[in-house]
Amino acid sequence: MSLRSPMGVALGKGAAGGAAQHGWLQLVTAVALVPLMLWFLVSLLGLESFEFAAVRSWLGGGWTPVWMILLVICAAWHSMLGVQVIIEDYVPRKSTKTVALVLLKFLHAIAAVAAVFAVLKIAMQST
Amino acid sequence: MPTRPLSPHASIYRKFPIMALSIMHRVTGVAQTAGLALLVYWLMALGSGPAAYDNARSLLGQVWVKLLLAGWLFAFLYHLCYGIRHLVWDTGRGFEKVDSRRSGWITLFSALTLFAFFVWRAFFAGAAP
Repeated sequence: MSLRSPMGVALGKGAAGGAAQHGWLQLVTAVALVPLMLWFLVSLLGLESFEFAAVRSWLGGGWTPVWMILLVICAAWHSMLGVQVIIEDYVPRKSTKTVALVLLKFLHAIAAVAAVFAVLKIAMQST
Repeated sequence: MPTRPLSPHASIYRKFPIMALSIMHRVTGVAQTAGLALLVYWLMALGSGPAAYDNARSLLGQVWVKLLLAGWLFAFLYHLCYGIRHLVWDTGRGFEKVDSRRSGWITLFSALTLFAFFVWRAFFAGAAP
């Protein structure tokens, strides 16, 4: 869902650029991360042990992979949007800024895909 | 700084301590980007097999890494509480000076309380990584 009106999109590219969409996604991922992160921390506290087999059977079991994948996607997205603002605030040179922003996106995409792949691998081997 | 006159912005705010809470939100956010890298590493190790996982576990089990994990835990809980404060602001509420000052302190104390609870559960009352 987008909060931008069709007129706003058509006029586009005002001083704020894509800021409305950026802020909205920051908010949506934040809301999703509240239950996901609390679930993750409480689950870690509930683990019997941190032995390989115990952690594997927890992460691979039931629908846990679904929540874990949602968590890493939302976390990576939220993290990317957050650091993006910091780069935009503190890197004054246009060229350096562009390179930093592209690198930021690459690194977060790699992190998200690697984590999703790891969780899927664990889930497939557990069934 | 340019020598031409600038309109006042950052300089017109009284500096501490409420301002420090806002700065901390940013700092704890960046800390969690590092925490995310650690989480991804942990998941990849877990997906790679017992040998890789045991490597990761012996790294994570070191005292200085445990201190980092505790720091990351606080960063998360602080960022969570401050984020909820932001969500309340997004509804258009709590902008009066008295309200915002109060919610600032509530944020800090909630984060500290949650931190105390999780540290106690994770490091003193149960299995530690």
